[in-house]
Order: sequence, then C-alpha cells, then structure tokens
Amino acid sequence: MLDQADGYMTADGRQIGPVVMEMKNITLRFGGVEAIKNISFDIREGEVRAIIGPNGAGKSSMLNVISGFYVPQDGQVLYKGVQRPQMRPYQVAQQGIARTFQNIALFEGMSVLDNVMTGRLTHMKTGMFSQALWKGRAEKEETANREVAERIIDFLEIQAIRKTPVARLPYGLKKRVELARALAAEPSLLLLDEPMAGMNVEEKEDMSRFILSMNDEFGTTIALIEHDMGVVMDLSDRVVVMDYGKKIGDGTPDEVRNNQAVIDAYLGVVHDE
Amino acid sequence: MSNTLNGAGGLTSVPALLHRNATQFGSAPAYREKEFGIWQSWTWSQTNDEIEALALGLLDLGVAEGDFIAVIGRNRPYLYWSMMAAQMVGAVPVPLYQDASAEEMAYTMSHCGARFVIAGDQEQVDKVMEIQGELTEFEAMIYLDPRGLRKYDNANLTQYSAVQEAGRSKRAALEPEMKARIAKLNYDSTCVMLYTSGTTGKPKGVVLSNRNVIETAKSSSEFDDLRQTDDILAYLPMAWVGDFIFSVGQALWCGFCTNCPESADTMHTDLREIGPTYYFAPPRVFENQLTNVMIRMEDASPMKKRLFDYFMGVARKVGPSILDGNPVSLIDRIKYQLGEFAIYGPLKNTLGFSRVRVGYTAGEAIGPEIFDFYRSLGINLKQLYGQTEATVFITAQPDGEVRSDTVGITCPGVELRIAENGEVFYRSPGVFVKYYKNAESTADTKDAEGWVATGDAGFIEESSGHLRIIDRAKDVGQTGNGHMFAPKYVENKLKFFPNILETVVFGNGKPYCTAFVNIDLTAVGNWAERNNIAYASYQELAGHPEVLATIQSHVEEVNASVAQDAMLSDCQVHRFVVLHKQLDADDGELTRTQKVRRRIIEEKFSDIINAMYDGSDTISTTTEVTYEDGRKGAISATLDIRDAAVQTVGAKIAAE
Repeated sequence: MLDQADGYMTADGRQIGPVVMEMKNITLRFGGVEAIKNISFDIREGEVRAIIGPNGAGKSSMLNVISGFYVPQDGQVLYKGVQRPQMRPYQVAQQGIARTFQNIALFEGMSVLDNVMTGRLTHMKTGMFSQALWKGRAEKEETANREVAERIIDFLEIQAIRKTPVARLPYGLKKRVELARALAAEPSLLLLDEPMAGMNVEEKEDMSRFILSMNDEFGTTIALIEHDMGVVMDLSDRVVVMDYGKKIGDGTPDEVRNNQAVIDAYLGVVHDE
Repeated sequence: MSNTLNGAGGLTSVPALLHRNATQFGSAPAYREKEFGIWQSWTWSQTNDEIEALALGLLDLGVAEGDFIAVIGRNRPYLYWSMMAAQMVGAVPVPLYQDASAEEMAYTMSHCGARFVIAGDQEQVDKVMEIQGELTEFEAMIYLDPRGLRKYDNANLTQYSAVQEAGRSKRAALEPEMKARIAKLNYDSTCVMLYTSGTTGKPKGVVLSNRNVIETAKSSSEFDDLRQTDDILAYLPMAWVGDFIFSVGQALWCGFCTNCPESADTMHTDLREIGPTYYFAPPRVFENQLTNVMIRMEDASPMKKRLFDYFMGVARKVGPSILDGNPVSLIDRIKYQLGEFAIYGPLKNTLGFSRVRVGYTAGEAIGPEIFDFYRSLGINLKQLYGQTEATVFITAQPDGEVRSDTVGITCPGVELRIAENGEVFYRSPGVFVKYYKNAESTADTKDAEGWVATGDAGFIEESSGHLRIIDRAKDVGQTGNGHMFAPKYVENKLKFFPNILETVVFGNGKPYCTAFVNIDLTAVGNWAERNNIAYASYQELAGHPEVLATIQSHVEEVNASVAQDAMLSDCQVHRFVVLHKQLDADDGELTRTQKVRRRIIEEKFSDIINAMYDGSDTISTTTEVTYEDGRKGAISATLDIRDAAVQTVGAKIAAE
C-alpha cells in the first residue's frame, strides 16, 4: 500500500498529494447489524477515490461516516491528520467537505442560481440584517460570491437553466445542479453519492467529463460511490471494494479488476455486456 | 452618413474600417458577450486594441502574408477579432464549421493549407490534433478557452491571451511590420475565404475580396437603412457567409454592435435580453418559435386564450397592411393598438423581437402562415435571396413590398438575367473572386463577363418586378405537355401543411404529375390520439383511410393554389401515394442535410411510380430498409393510390 509515501504519480501524470482523510479500523453498527466491519483506507489530496460494492455492501454508510453524519462505534476518522470529534453537519461543511446525495436534495422551489448560491453560505460572513439591507460589505460579498457561482454554472454548462426553478428540471440536470451546489462550497473534499444513478449513457458521459475536469481544473479531491463498474474504472485513481461491510479489495482499477476476491464477490461470473 | 464616409476615402480594407470605427465611434459598444451571467462589452477602441495585440502576437508567431488561418468555434468576440487580426497581418482568415467532423476539417484545412489554427475550445483542439498528421502545412494552434487543456503538453499550442500578451510586450519591435502590411492591403486583397457547405460534392473555397465584402456591406446597409446604433445577435455559424457579412462586413461598415450569446442553449434568453434591431434567422427558427408560442397558448387560461385568439384575428386581418403603410380603417387601427398593448407587445418582448426594425429570413421557403404571423405582429420580417458566391445579397425585399412567395427585387448594384431554361444569373460587385485551387469550377460558375450561375430556376414577376425562385435548375424539366415542371415549388407548398413531413413530386416528361407523401408522425400521431384512432406503427397510421382523406384534401388545396400560376399550372398533382416508410438518410433517400435525392428515390420506388401512371388503384411493394445499427431488413405493404381533383386552367381564366 501507499500509506508511507507522500503521494504518487497517476498514469496520466497528475501528482497526488498526502493523505487528506484516513479511516482507521472503522466499525459501524446499527443495533445488532454490523454495516461496516473493521475497514481502513485513506483518501489522498487530488485523487478520485471510488468506493464500490454490490447493493447493501455498506457503501452509503461508509460515505456517511466520511461526511460525519454517522459516528462509528469503533475506529478513528482522521481528517488532515487530526482525529475528528463528533460534529454537526454544518461544522463538517465548514471543514471543507461537500457532498451530493443519492436521492437529490435540492430546494425545489428555488432557481438553479439560488440553489448554487446556497453552496456559498459557508463563505459568507455578513449577518442576516446587513444582507437584508444589502449595503456596503454585504453587497460586495454577494457580488463576489455570485461570481464564483457563475463560474461554476459556466463550468457545468447550465447557463441555459440559470433562472429555472429546480422543480421543472429533468433528473439528469438536477444531478448536475446538485454537483454545482457542492462545488460552489469550494470543498477540499467532495463526496459524490452515486452521481450516475438513473442516468442515460449520454448523461453519464457528461457527468464523467465534469468529474474529471473538476478534479483537473480545481484540483478537488473526490470520493465517490458508484455501482456502474465501467464508469468507476475509467474515472478513479484508486478503488475500495466492499462486500457485506468488509473491505475485500483496494488499489488501482487494474489491481481491483484482477483481484480474485473482487471478481468472485462483486463482478461474479464473466458475462457479455 | 455613408456618403461622407465614402468620401473620406481609404476605406478599402477591414483594418481601415476598424481604425475608422475606433477613432470615430471609439466609446460606442462594438462587441458584447454574455459570460458569467453578465453582458461583457467592448467599445470600438477597446476592440481595436485587442485586435492589434493579437495581430502583433500573430506576427510574433511568424504568420506570413498570404497564410491561411483557420478559425473554428462558436460565435465569440475573440474569434471575430481573430479574423480581423489575420487580415491586419495580411493573412487570410478561413472560418470553419464548428460542428464539422474531423475528416471534413481535414479536407478543408489541407485544401487551403492552413498554417495556423485559432480554436475556441478543447473540442476543436482535439479535432485538429486528431488530424494534424494529415496536415502537412499546419504549424501552430491558438486556443481560447483553456478548460480541459491544462494537461496538454504541446509546444505548438498557445493560449489566445498569451499570444496577445506577447504581441503587447513586443509592440515596439513588431508594429512597423504590422503597419507596413496594413498599408499594402487594398480593395482587391483577399478579405476572407469561406467554404461552401458541399451538399453537392466536396466543399469549395470561395475567395472574397475586400471589394466584395465592403461594397456589399455598404449597399445592403443603405438598402435597409442600418445605423451605427443597431444591435445584432451573432448566433449562426461563423463559417457561413451570412454571419460574416452581418457580424463583420455590415458591423464594421455601420459601426453597430455585435452581441454573442452565452452558449447555443441560451440563445433565446439572450435574444430577449439584447432585443436586436436587426435580426436574421432561417425559416426553421421562426417555425420553432411559433410552435412554442402555440403550445404554450394551449395551456393558458381560457380568458387569456380568448384574448389571444381574438387579437391574433385582428392582427392577421390588418397587421401586415399597417406594417406596409396601406390604408386601414380607424376602428381596426384602434383594435390593433389595443392588441399591441394586450398581446402583441408582450409577445414580441417574450420572443425578443420588441426592437426589430429589419428582420430577414432566407435559405429555404418559409410557410406563408409563419411569415404572416410575424408580420401581423408588426415585426418587419422580409426575405432575401443570396449565396456565398454573391457575398450574400442578390435580391431582397424592400420595406413595404413584402410577400411570402417572392424573394424581392435586385439589391443595389446587382444585375439579374434569366436564362432560357429558367436559371437565374447575376452580376454584382459582390461576385466572388474565384474558387480556391479550382479554376475549372470557377469557369463553370462564372463567365468571362462576370455573370454567375446560381443553379436556381426562377422568374421575375411582371406585376411587381420581384424575383420568384421555383426550384434548383437541374431539377426543373418539362411535363408531357411541354409546360414547365418544377417539383420543389409544389413540394414546398405541400410541406407547409403540418401533417406532411416530406414529399417528392414526379412528372418530368410524364403526361401528368404525381407525388409521394410522408406523413409527419408527430402531427398526425397527435391528431390520431385526440380522435381515438389506435395505430401500432408508422405504416398503419400512414395507411389509415382518414389520414389518406386528410392528405388528399391538402393535395387538392395545393392544386388549387398551383393552378393560379399560369406558368406552373401543369404541375398539379393528379395522383399520389402516402408512403409506408419515412424517407431516410440511412437508406440513402435523403442527404445528411435532409434534402431529397430524387434519382435514388425514382430508382428505388420505380414500381410504385409506374403504378401511379398505369392506372392501378393499389400497389404491393417490398422495400429494403437499413436500421440505425446498420442491419438490413425489408418491409412490404399494399399502398392505395389516390386520385386528387385538379383544376383546369381554362376554367380558372373563365372564372376571372
């Protein structure tokens, strides 16, 4: 494994930095059910890290542990080398972790732009009253934040729906808006929960392109859960494979693909696709 | 205005016009582009600075006089500046279609031997990189949007802003050379090279001189009284001659502002925000907009819908007359004013047409209903006829003489001649210099006296002096009775019915005319749904007796209208068949641009055509089809051949 190294170089020549988040011997129980059993892995700066596994493997639970929503009964979560205390979701956001959801969680009645602007909330310092008056500092701040939001709208090519209420958008676009909102927080770690679920091939291709160029352009560290194998293998630098709450594989897509335990447990018998 | 400018002299090149605008209208907006949700704008003097910086940068890169510089991307100010910067250093800009495939680009770029490429974004850069092995003369590429290009490690790839930066920093050293090159430009220097779309064979490079572009811009601007304060929206492909003339030629001549949309998808929002005063769109765009309006009105509340229907009735009745300045009763004027307040004004605002003073459509025939809809709202929509070889303008409709079935009178400076076979020829200051590296085609198209064959057949209407285009000249023939046969003229009339998607008319050398009809599955399917008619397939719907009856009524209506035209009255459709399959480019029946390929259809369906002429009432046929994945199959059907009522021309004369 790569634990001791300061980083590594990817096949396409990107320099991957030190460990951002480290999971040490994580065990998560819901009553008598062990959703996650003694799992350890790390996420490094600048990489695209995937967590894959069949249904019920514990992927979403794992993501919720990373995001701080669940607190594991055993094990340590180290963020930037510091053990993470129990936190409220907004405190997690302030730490620079943003996420998208498997079931889209946007403000349906608000426009795309307003939704993206909510992603900027952690970067706004003026209080509610000065924002309501919209004078001086509050005005400047909003202008600056709007610019960031607009750059992201431009980046994700959603200019045409900027003013459209989210409720009117098709599913694939809502997913993209959610990504825009997460990106607006300028996160140091971005968690994507099944970004491709329910999408058609074209939408998947678009989303993959955005994930890659996001990583490329802003250097965002991305951890994603996905069960579309093709997508995961193309996108990720390293992959963790889970099955029944256990880690059964960890490494580059090629290593994982050739790991017999993974083939048996997850990919099953080879069939034409 | 233009006379004094003309008198100022020296305006014989693009850089000269740019210089004039920068000094005369220095603080007026020249270009706007919506980016990051805001309209960014550049004045003429800023534009001049930007272009000069780029031109100096191009010199620094080693651009020589006469080099070809390919420009590829969506409409952006930076790319228009690229073309002008190329002209400043004596190079020839060659805008290419941004949606062209890599192979198509390989052909055009190696044909002109482009040494430099200015590409809009990663997509275009990738395409050029894919084919650069085939391009022997290609040297360096400049890109505009760096997104996705950071990882590209390529010595001959430079960012646009870096080129400008280099130009600015080496200004002192390079400026004399730039000035010297500008000084060498004259009226006969090449202004731009544009590739024809190549529907018939390989694309041809049309070389246009400064004279072509500036003379045309000047006369057409005067024709429509274009002003320095006008605004246009540049959204049509930059490789198309029309965009070059509107957004470069006329924009420079008049000094008006060119506005670029944020992206192709936001075009309608941007149109609304800018509210252009001078607007061009192909008929398809107007058609889509009208359909959208109608669909949304279907969902409006009953009150709104009734208001809309009532005032649209008023508008249809008197709108065009008011626009043309014809007498209209006071009551009607008052009603129209009320309508303007309640319906037309808000509708025009929604469509982005509130400020349109001059609007044009061209390229294909526009349905009279669509045309009249816009005109009745008070939008001065007109038609023009032109082509790349003429630097656009051949004929155009003057204000007050606008009709949906003509293309107007000759533009200032244009001479028109109709040949024996009906083909239209023209001669004008806009006539192209030559096809690049293709002397043979040049000679075929342009004769020694400068007359150019358009390839279209038409005639000049005696009563109005307007030109009417009826068909491609090579498709025009004679019916068995020796009368003129112009299939497209009839086909266009048929296609104006929403139920008819495509149609092919036969009759060259035949005793009478017949037609194939393809129904429009969307429109007819919608109708079937509303009338509880169940159908399982296209074939079944196309053969439904009620559908056939509807199509028959459409054909008969067209016959009545064709009979009005003494010259073409023999083109009435006597018998027709509603085809069991949709004509498809995959089966070779249409071109990729959805144009009918007559010869192939005639061969493929010869059994059906014969049946239409031997008097049978039905025909059983089997047709091979190609599925999208390339597999082949066959469909067989028994088709009804229908007789349509025709008008005798004699009767029509008697009725008058």
